[in-house]
Amino acid sequence: MTTAVIHGPKPQSALSVWANRHRRWLFAGPSMLFIFLLIVFPVVWTFWLSLTDASGSVRAESNFIGLANYVDVLTDTQRFWPAVGRTVLFTGVVLFFEMLFGLGIALLLWRPFKGERLVRVAILLPLVATPVAVGMMWRLIFDPSIGPVNRLIGVFGIPPQPWLAGESTALPTTMFMDIWQWTPMVTLILLAGLTSLSDEPFEAARVDGASQWQIFRYITFPMLKATFIVALLLRGIDALKTFDILLAAKGKGGGSFNEVETLNLYGYGLSFDYNEYGTSSTVLILFFVIIVGSIFVLTRKREEAAR
Amino acid sequence: MITTTRYKVFRVVALVLIVAAFIVPIVWMVLAAFKTNVDIYDASKTLIFTPTFENFDKVFGQANFGQYIINSGLIAVAATGLSLVLGVPAAFAMSRFVMNKSALVVLMARVIPGVSLLVPWYYLFSQLRLVGSYWVLILSHMFVALPLIVYIMMGFFDGLPVELEESGQVDGLTPIGSFWYLMLPLSTPGIATAGILSFIFSWNNFMFALVLSGSATKTLPVAIYDFIGYASIDWGALMAASTIVTLPIMIMSLFAQKYIVSGLTAGATKG
Repeated sequence: MTTAVIHGPKPQSALSVWANRHRRWLFAGPSMLFIFLLIVFPVVWTFWLSLTDASGSVRAESNFIGLANYVDVLTDTQRFWPAVGRTVLFTGVVLFFEMLFGLGIALLLWRPFKGERLVRVAILLPLVATPVAVGMMWRLIFDPSIGPVNRLIGVFGIPPQPWLAGESTALPTTMFMDIWQWTPMVTLILLAGLTSLSDEPFEAARVDGASQWQIFRYITFPMLKATFIVALLLRGIDALKTFDILLAAKGKGGGSFNEVETLNLYGYGLSFDYNEYGTSSTVLILFFVIIVGSIFVLTRKREEAAR
Repeated sequence: MITTTRYKVFRVVALVLIVAAFIVPIVWMVLAAFKTNVDIYDASKTLIFTPTFENFDKVFGQANFGQYIINSGLIAVAATGLSLVLGVPAAFAMSRFVMNKSALVVLMARVIPGVSLLVPWYYLFSQLRLVGSYWVLILSHMFVALPLIVYIMMGFFDGLPVELEESGQVDGLTPIGSFWYLMLPLSTPGIATAGILSFIFSWNNFMFALVLSGSATKTLPVAIYDFIGYASIDWGALMAASTIVTLPIMIMSLFAQKYIVSGLTAGATKG
């Protein structure tokens, strides 16, 4: 505490007394104001736009049209509902595999072993890699004519596939890309959870002669459940909002047949490719409702698990 | 735990496969960056080929990537620095005074889809004549960095004993003084974690710069994206560009592995 001795007690100015008394808001205020201004104003404005026919230029005149956009969007089976379907399908599939593989790899890495450092570096690399670059990397690897994947499956006698270029194969291929990049995230979170578990229950179970599966089923997984739901929540939010790799892989509109167009991509396209601000705001408000709804359900689940 | 030979063999095989699955695609990208377009097409030159720097020449020469590296670096450093200045004291107050509702406001930023903010931002910032400037990019990237920093630092401050701060006040420091002279020096590992992670998130961010950057302030992810969209893809140059963006972050993560992992998993294991 040498610094305290050097500075010592000194008479405080009125300003210093005031600052110290209100330090709570002095410290937290600027950050909260920053976020508040950048969120609340845009959200309110986006909501307002969703009630108007704004389009063309952001400065153009627009008319209040009530809930007409919502009626249009919710009855749109060409773009909106397929985009909802793709968003839900994409999120469901990638979450399933990321949680499954993430848990599997975390269990493999749990107990110390030789070469641990190398493995940990390897799983960190996809995670920190720039998503757009990852998208480009997979575009080359999955390229139907020059990519190594078709050559590799050819060895096993499987005919070449169109992958990202195919109308029905594009979405599963982007799911694979997402799973490759984000499984390590789940692994790291679950590994942190596993490492924080105490050894005692495991020793007791071993003494009682429990099988590996029984230990996992009745001890490891229940103790890990709260962390598991945190990982599910964090990945779920980001998976719903997936943008970078989809745009990098298929470009505007999620490809010429909108093969990979999720709600986020659809909203972006309406805003910045078609300048349909009213409709895009409606889509984005509905998207936001879906996200908040999912979070609400999951946090309820997490509280139940923590209890 | 499990000690049977069969499990040990299984574990080694599984780990080798996992490492290969994560590393091989990246190696493929880096190798392609050093190949001519003819060699990329040639299956017999998968591993053995004459490396060329032609792709990198193209990327730096014609595509002006030198400038984009500077843009990305400048924006990431500024956004991280400013977010630390705002976020570290905020996280301290929110941790000390258990301001959970305030913390929730900041965390909202992680939940909201960025696209839904972009139209109003674009309008607002174009009125202020800021679209295409460094400032608008720094501000929008701070929107990514600040919540991350607050979140990580709150967890870190939660772990420091309150008595420490009080001991400073016993020695005659004001509360702000003990934050400055005691808590801040103690939280350097936390600040390093938050800073490194927020740099990476800003460096990798694509969506905000896609809409808000101008041709002179373009960041690397946008520059890569602009590479495609022409009739035929120059694979060698595209892979060189992707390598240039990814490699600095990957090398950084080799040295800062511990910090990155603790940042990514911050708060995940609390009840």
